Amino acid sequence: MTLPAPSRTHQKTKRPAQLFRNLNAKFASIPMILTALVVFVGGTTWTVVHSFTKSRLLPKLDFVGFDQYERLWSSNRWMTSVENLLIYGVCSLVLTMTIGFTLAALLDRKIRFEGVFRTIFLYPFALSFVVTGLAWQWILNPDFGVQNVVRGWGWTGFAFDPLNNPDIVIFGILIAGLWQGTGFVMVIMLAGLRGIDEDIWKAARVDGIGVVKTYVKVIIPMMRPVFVTALVIIASGIIKLYDLVVAQTNGGPGISSEVPAKYVINYMFRAQNLGQGFAASTMMLLSVIIILVPWAYLEFGGKKRG
Amino acid sequence: MVDLTSPVHDRIVDGPRGAKPKSRLSRRNIFLYGTLLLISVYYLLPLYVMIMTSLKGMPEIRLGNIFSPPVEVTFEPWVKAWSQACTGINCDGLSRGFWNSVQILLPSVILSIGIASVNGYALANWRFKGSEVFFTILIIGAFIPYQTMIYPLVILLREIKLMGSVWGLVLVHSVFGMPILTLLFRNYFTSLPEELFKAARVDGAGFWGIYLRVMLPMSIPIFVVAIILQVTGIWNDFLFGVIYTKPETYPMTVQLNNIVNSVQGVKEYNVNMAATLLTGLVPLIIYFASGKLFVRGIAAGAVKG
Amino acid sequence: MTTTSNSVEIRDLDLHFGAVKVLQKLNLDINEGEFLVLLGSSGCGKSTLLNCIAGLLDVTDGQVFIKGQNVTWKEPSERGIGMVFQSYALYPQMTVEGNLSFGLKNARIPADEIKKRVARAAEVLQIEPLLKRKPGALSGGQRQRVAIGRALVRDVDVFLFDEPLSNLDAKLRADLRVELKRLHQQLQNTMIYVTHDQVEAMTLADRIAIMKGGKIMQLASPEEIYNQPQNLYVAGFIGSPAMNFIQGTLTNTTFAASALQLPMDDYAFQNGPSDGPAILGIRPEHILIGERAASCAGQAEVSVDLVEGLGSDTLIYARYGTQQIRIRTEGNSRIKSGDVLNVGFDTRCSSLFDPTTENRI
Repeated sequence: MTLPAPSRTHQKTKRPAQLFRNLNAKFASIPMILTALVVFVGGTTWTVVHSFTKSRLLPKLDFVGFDQYERLWSSNRWMTSVENLLIYGVCSLVLTMTIGFTLAALLDRKIRFEGVFRTIFLYPFALSFVVTGLAWQWILNPDFGVQNVVRGWGWTGFAFDPLNNPDIVIFGILIAGLWQGTGFVMVIMLAGLRGIDEDIWKAARVDGIGVVKTYVKVIIPMMRPVFVTALVIIASGIIKLYDLVVAQTNGGPGISSEVPAKYVINYMFRAQNLGQGFAASTMMLLSVIIILVPWAYLEFGGKKRG
Repeated sequence: MVDLTSPVHDRIVDGPRGAKPKSRLSRRNIFLYGTLLLISVYYLLPLYVMIMTSLKGMPEIRLGNIFSPPVEVTFEPWVKAWSQACTGINCDGLSRGFWNSVQILLPSVILSIGIASVNGYALANWRFKGSEVFFTILIIGAFIPYQTMIYPLVILLREIKLMGSVWGLVLVHSVFGMPILTLLFRNYFTSLPEELFKAARVDGAGFWGIYLRVMLPMSIPIFVVAIILQVTGIWNDFLFGVIYTKPETYPMTVQLNNIVNSVQGVKEYNVNMAATLLTGLVPLIIYFASGKLFVRGIAAGAVKG
Repeated sequence: MTTTSNSVEIRDLDLHFGAVKVLQKLNLDINEGEFLVLLGSSGCGKSTLLNCIAGLLDVTDGQVFIKGQNVTWKEPSERGIGMVFQSYALYPQMTVEGNLSFGLKNARIPADEIKKRVARAAEVLQIEPLLKRKPGALSGGQRQRVAIGRALVRDVDVFLFDEPLSNLDAKLRADLRVELKRLHQQLQNTMIYVTHDQVEAMTLADRIAIMKGGKIMQLASPEEIYNQPQNLYVAGFIGSPAMNFIQGTLTNTTFAASALQLPMDDYAFQNGPSDGPAILGIRPEHILIGERAASCAGQAEVSVDLVEGLGSDTLIYARYGTQQIRIRTEGNSRIKSGDVLNVGFDTRCSSLFDPTTENRI
């Protein structure tokens, strides 16, 4: 082996300053960094902090402790909103998941015209909630819509007028929501089903297990991650429920179809009671955290364990 | 007659052979296609009703049945919805909202995809200290309800004098589109062979050189997916439009809601349905034209990296 | 300055990914015009080392010199290297010509000079008819040639190869191996070549560096590596079927394992013979059978378990006591399983290792 010239070995390499390495990449990431820090972290913190103030027309740091939250939880409108969201949320979760999976399973049975059916089931998802809400407002119109048509068929006692009945108005919105969103869940489920090894089906057939039983005992347990992902996406979408209600009922009749997201916007931009809006939006944030934390724990905490 | 001297032949003739007999109308198939057709009717009904209503005159609507096709087809409601429908005192139709939406859409799509694709590229190939932290915050941010960030953004936009303008809304769309698009691009660029990136570095291309000359030409499909995602998403937006713009610059969805749900005047259901269809037309065209890419877009958005 | 200048020098190179030490205090000098092969199983750090030389990975500590210049913090394109990748890494949207000239354009080399260099590389590699095609329209072998061409046009002194042949089928791999050897003879560049394939290493290399756990286990010519492995790892890694290891003791230059007594008078001890436990390493072809066994000083009786005929030669799996022994002999042997063979040990070609340090005695 040849010895290196001593001058070279002792020549110290100066490590370039870390800050200036990859400068272009850092420069290009400025919008992302600003969005993450200023809007997502900063904006959320700002709102949470201001929810403890008595801001009305303008935000000001005049702290009043939990006053806004007390007022919020004693407000009839907020209680109705929360109750509506709970009913809508539970029904929507259960039904979109079941319908979405069933549709995906039907389409996965190697049928003809799969593309046509998929296109039909998914097209509502391309439409906005405003369009969805207005379309269903018209179909559920008591004087001209479904109720009228069925009565016209001679069933004169038929009553189906959810949009004007405070007790069931939220189900009227649910019908529209399901129509718009199930196709999306179907696509996710279908992708999950397609990801399952063909050999599983062959093995089940050799073992003489029926189709339905294979789905229940083998396929669904294998698709757990897909279900969890779908669940999280649907749940975080449900909390954002706003446009559909505005378009279909605008919260009516009275306040019977109000939802939290609408409550926030009303107090921030119409009633000019910012503090209430901030407190309500912080509650929305809290509910998202309640959904997300167990999920993140299951998804990422579980991996470490095994 | 069976040849008894050849037992092997005997087995072949008597046993099942050839293609398994299949009946197209097996009970299973009737059930399967029946169910699918029934569900299809439920999904298609609203679209059908909207189209039928929009082609009828008001007298026919008052008398008839929403499911029946028009006796006399008229395009009057479409014309009226486009150019004469009223919101408040303005009676220049949905066309204004349409052009507002176009003005919002184009820069928003370009800006949001431009930023997110560079982000995704930096995150995939040029990681630096902290880059993953910012990305994690960004992804968590996608789950935060918009309501907690809406007001601080109002203040921010007021400070930079963009509140109420089209450009303010463009900025908002770019910010809120960033998590999902960055994820989409990061995952795509990560899936490209790393050696290609290394080869380009040996060839002396820098950050922008590799992005523009090597990565971009290989990423046309993912850009198409992103464009589909953003065009439908931004066109369908209601919340940001209503908050960050003023009545003159309202996007189409907001104007549509104001037209249909206005309390003044006699309700013209045919005009309303024509207006609703007009608003839904852009995403529907995109949807039917893009086919599988739309599916790929929402599936890509759904599957976490 | 020394006359035989070093082309690439690596000084005390450290590379850590978090707590994982991928390279540890690594030193390596590569001569001008040498074909050096970095050989090891996956995860030994050979590709990492190559990436550090290329400047594609930031080192944790230490220095890299190319042609006497400290390039430790230089960009890959400023180091005077060309690199060929396992997956070819051709830009799919550019033609072959575009692929070859991309680096030159980035270096702002004048157009006519680019044209000249591309034409020359295409001629050397015989890919002139392919220049206007896109990589997608090329076969695996053609793609790999274009990838080599991309390094060639750069007119550099050091070529880096990262497992360039492992994506090709066996026949093509053998052809390209010969071509690479010819190319090296023609160009006389320094070539650093990473592979996990022993055959490639043995056939191509001037010297082989065998790596394990981020360290170089032995750096020597292929013959020396094969015949005088410096430690148990190298001895076991090189050669197929692997070298036989027999546990025993060394007393007065005689190796003993149960009934076997081997006088090691012909053995070249590195530091003089020392008594104590030892491991005898002997390659399958150095265990002789038949007449040739009779001439050996050390002999033993083994029982045959299994015979594999490979055509050109025969592999015999036999047992000596509890030890498994592999023997290689000429083809068309008539030995069957169950036979008892008298074998002889060719001590001149064997190795002795210290069981505690695992180094050659």
